[in-house]
Amino acid sequence: MIEVSDLTVRFGGVIPLDGMSVTFERGTCGLIGPNGAGKTTFFNVLSGFVKPVSGQITAFGEDLLKMAHYRRARWGVRRTFQTEQAIEELSVYEKVGLIHEQSKVTGSSRREDVLGAIDFVKLDIDPNAKVRTLGAAQRRLVEVARAVVGKPRLVLLDEPAAGLPEEETELLSEVIRAIPEHMGALVILVDHDMSLVSSCCEVTAVLDFGRLIASGPTDEVLRDERVMRAYLGTEEVMA
Amino acid sequence: MKTETGARTEEAPSGAAGGPGAAPGRGRGARALDARSLVRPAVIAVLVICFLLFIPSIFSLYYVDAWTQVAIYSIVTLGLGVLVGRVGMVSLGQGAVLAMGAWVAARLLFATGLPFPVVLLAAGLITMVLGTLVGLPALRMSGLYLALITLMLAGAITVALATINFPNGGNGFTGYDGSTVHIPPIRRPSIATTDPAFFRYSVVAAILMFLLVLVHLRGRPGRAWAAIRQSESAALAGGINTTLYKLWAFALASFITGVAGGLVAGSYRYLNSLTFSTQDSITLLAVVLMGGAYSMTGAVVAAILLKFLQALLNDWGVSPDWLTILFGIGVLQVLTTAPRGIVEQMPKDLARLWRLLRGVAARPAAAREPAE
Repeated sequence: MIEVSDLTVRFGGVIPLDGMSVTFERGTCGLIGPNGAGKTTFFNVLSGFVKPVSGQITAFGEDLLKMAHYRRARWGVRRTFQTEQAIEELSVYEKVGLIHEQSKVTGSSRREDVLGAIDFVKLDIDPNAKVRTLGAAQRRLVEVARAVVGKPRLVLLDEPAAGLPEEETELLSEVIRAIPEHMGALVILVDHDMSLVSSCCEVTAVLDFGRLIASGPTDEVLRDERVMRAYLGTEEVMA
Repeated sequence: MKTETGARTEEAPSGAAGGPGAAPGRGRGARALDARSLVRPAVIAVLVICFLLFIPSIFSLYYVDAWTQVAIYSIVTLGLGVLVGRVGMVSLGQGAVLAMGAWVAARLLFATGLPFPVVLLAAGLITMVLGTLVGLPALRMSGLYLALITLMLAGAITVALATINFPNGGNGFTGYDGSTVHIPPIRRPSIATTDPAFFRYSVVAAILMFLLVLVHLRGRPGRAWAAIRQSESAALAGGINTTLYKLWAFALASFITGVAGGLVAGSYRYLNSLTFSTQDSITLLAVVLMGGAYSMTGAVVAAILLKFLQALLNDWGVSPDWLTILFGIGVLQVLTTAPRGIVEQMPKDLARLWRLLRGVAARPAAAREPAE
């Protein structure tokens, strides 16, 4: 459960988040909105890369904004990035385990966690294989494995399916759907692929120009007039 | 709450659970691979031993000294390679860090009776503290700005050294006595007073430094550095304390460079403020890029370019200024066509040349006949 209230971010004259308030309860939640709506900025605030000028974020009872950014990952805020972040010279095992060796988990339970995460995302490869030898879809799965290894509490997926062909998006959505159950984490999914969002998320929030314009059950939200207007511009176009 | 997804068939062997480095074993395949991966260290060890034993008897004292410089400077280029190649921080201040190490060591060697290895260690540790301070701007800056600021610091240190000069056995904190007529040489280790012995001493010290860096690269810091080089924000999202690991890199590089400084003091025996110029820092970066910043072998190649080539040109009576031009062209070439440096480019080029030669040899008479 994560509660965001009155979150405002300002970059000079640009206000990517303007008094955003939203609550994500559990499971996999969608976050959609047109380009420039503030979705990635919101993720960056959660990760600690961007400091908001005002607002509060309470995640599982803790004040997230008070936490140093690198500690948030160890505490359980995990994310993937829009652009791929493959560290080519590391092996899959090393890359997924990176976060673990920063925390106190050691020895065989660490091994078990890392292999468990690789298993969980259905990566059927040798964990010792170097990341540089993998294809695009596999690299994406490594990113997801990296986000779920250990004890994640909040998994932020920033357009995980961008550029993937349909079958692979299908596989990925299965994995995403399974995260809350298996890993016990709250997942927030940002994507422009509405079929992916509606297949993964029970609830969805919609951002437009840094404001929350709708939230609720995904199918209702997607039919919401304001949402359509935000995406398509005017009512006339929709009609 | 989580975990144990899917049936894990293989049980974690207790021996492999020692750390993430000992990643999942794959039965016999893994062991065969291990045997093969032992070949490389073995070959390197044999080469190093031959190097240690035979260089002093093959080469004249002049070249033995050149090889000593190669050994010492390979530590410096290794340190810079860690910063540039592994973490992605370009420092133009390593020449000054080396000078600091040499200063500290020279002072300690004159003022105390401490054994040489202890002095080296102390020089490394003190330089580590100072060099980490030089690295502080790296926390805020990167790329060109970091390069510039470290260059400025190097310039400042050079100026400071020109003012207070290197210790020459005098009194006080600086240990410099301008009026001294007879300047005593800087002390060498008692087991390595001659040039060939000091050569061996330097090579052993260099090997220890290489091993120290190897341990870092294979371990947690190495993986964290790789993540930082890829993307700082992604590293942060991976729970990596980027501040700590960046400073750690500077501390490691400064430590080994400080040790190298101590060796420089011992090998030159007389130091003055002209021994280290600001330009050296820039030349260092040039040779590191040419040798290959991403590999440890690259550091050795860089040191050979820097010191052996210099000695060779001196011996032939060619002005070493040509090296500056050569390095300029070399860096240009590396940056445009061989970003991973000579160590990776040479084998490729040689393989290409070999194929070419074989191709020429394979179509002999038939190809040539019509032409004649």
